[in-house]
Amino acid sequence: MGRMAVFLVKTLLCALTPPFKALNFVKQIRFIGAQSVFLIAFIGGFTGLVLALQAYYNLNKLGSVAFVGPLVALSIIKELGPVLAAIMVTARAGSAITAEIGIMRITNQIDAIEMMGLNPLRYLVVPSLVAAVISMPLLASVFDLVGIFGGYFMAVKILGVEASTYLGEISNRLEMVDILEGIYKSLSFGVIISWVSCYKGYYTGTSGFGAEGVSRATTESVVLASAMIVIWDYFMTALLFQSVL
Amino acid sequence: MIEIEDLHKSLSGKEVLKGVNLSVNKGEILVLIGMSGYGKSVLLKHIARLFKPDRGRVLIDGTDIGPLNSRELTKLRSRLGFLFQGGALFESMSVFDNVAFPLKEKLGLKKDEIRERVLKELDNVGLSGVEDKYPTQLSGGMQKRAALARVLVWQPEIILFDEPTTGLDPIIGHAILQLIEELHGRRKFTSVIVTHELQRVFKIAHKAAMLHEGVIKAVGKPDEILSSNDPVVKQFISGDTEGPISYR
Repeated sequence: MGRMAVFLVKTLLCALTPPFKALNFVKQIRFIGAQSVFLIAFIGGFTGLVLALQAYYNLNKLGSVAFVGPLVALSIIKELGPVLAAIMVTARAGSAITAEIGIMRITNQIDAIEMMGLNPLRYLVVPSLVAAVISMPLLASVFDLVGIFGGYFMAVKILGVEASTYLGEISNRLEMVDILEGIYKSLSFGVIISWVSCYKGYYTGTSGFGAEGVSRATTESVVLASAMIVIWDYFMTALLFQSVL
Repeated sequence: MIEIEDLHKSLSGKEVLKGVNLSVNKGEILVLIGMSGYGKSVLLKHIARLFKPDRGRVLIDGTDIGPLNSRELTKLRSRLGFLFQGGALFESMSVFDNVAFPLKEKLGLKKDEIRERVLKELDNVGLSGVEDKYPTQLSGGMQKRAALARVLVWQPEIILFDEPTTGLDPIIGHAILQLIEELHGRRKFTSVIVTHELQRVFKIAHKAAMLHEGVIKAVGKPDEILSSNDPVVKQFISGDTEGPISYR
């Protein structure tokens, strides 16, 4: 854990000092952000559908179907959007980052960068960190919008809830603080994804060698990042909840 | 000049280097031989300060490189080149970009100057016309030569070669060694070559050393090593399966 912390501190120091590697950053934004949009929208849409279905089924028993909209919107914006988007990006981009950096490690490409008197963190890790921090809130927003629309489709078009009720109750209940909560979480999840995936790739070979080492590092990266996202989500929720009370 | 004094290193709980003492004079080519997995590459990585010793020290031109800070290390590495076993070319970049990388990132040269130096260096290693290809489109020998061009392009004073001919056919392997010899003749860099190619590499070397069980078992002129009466050295040179070296 100490080495992981040192790795993050060194990366942050590199991120704050020039030279900045703009081209590497653009590549990572494209890979982590742009290329994840379809997947995130797809998962977001189905999450909205199932959430609205569950909400309608249970709230109908209490005669409160008017709250389907806010339940879907708040659940997605505050929790499911940031968390599920982060887990999907971990699986899609985080695993690839670990594998790529891991292969660079076992084929001495990272050593080659060091031998040129350059800092590999600046080329391999900083662009991923910055790209993930910028991409995650945007991806979570895509998830939120498509999810709420999915919930709308299920509640209004299939289950017969009034459109004005669904949207009106969302607008009544949703506050800026709820949206900010989702954004703060997404930003921190961006750090976790890039931190863990780059770290695991960078130190591939310490837990095994060759292809097996990369494979193990990739698995560990996805598992650790996913677990850290869920655990950190709990602490952030508790902290933000306390600040609201 | 490279001096290695009482170098110890353990990896994954196994002591790989157990007190290595060795020196390489300025402009000299030293060939390092020994059984696979006995720490030759580890020793090479200590000279490049990619590894830090558990005990002992490595001195380059009298400076102990162990305690160097990152700025001093950067300065040191601007004098060093390392040809890794697999070449370590960046697979996502073309050959041109690979060779240009240190010039662009480290020296900040202008585009025209970079182009001129890269094409010249590729020509030096016999790779004219492949600058737009990617490493995976090249044969093993071409990859090694491209990697050599990347090392040579910033004209290091010391070059470390980790098995430069391994995995290549005899003709290409020989061509690589001729190239090293020819370039050494012109640039006079100090060099350490880790290899299993005894006969051919010994022809271009000034000095040879054998690393065995974590220590330097023998060191001397190539002819002295080839005619050594030490049973370990003798068995290794002849390639006999019977003798003091157990391969099982």
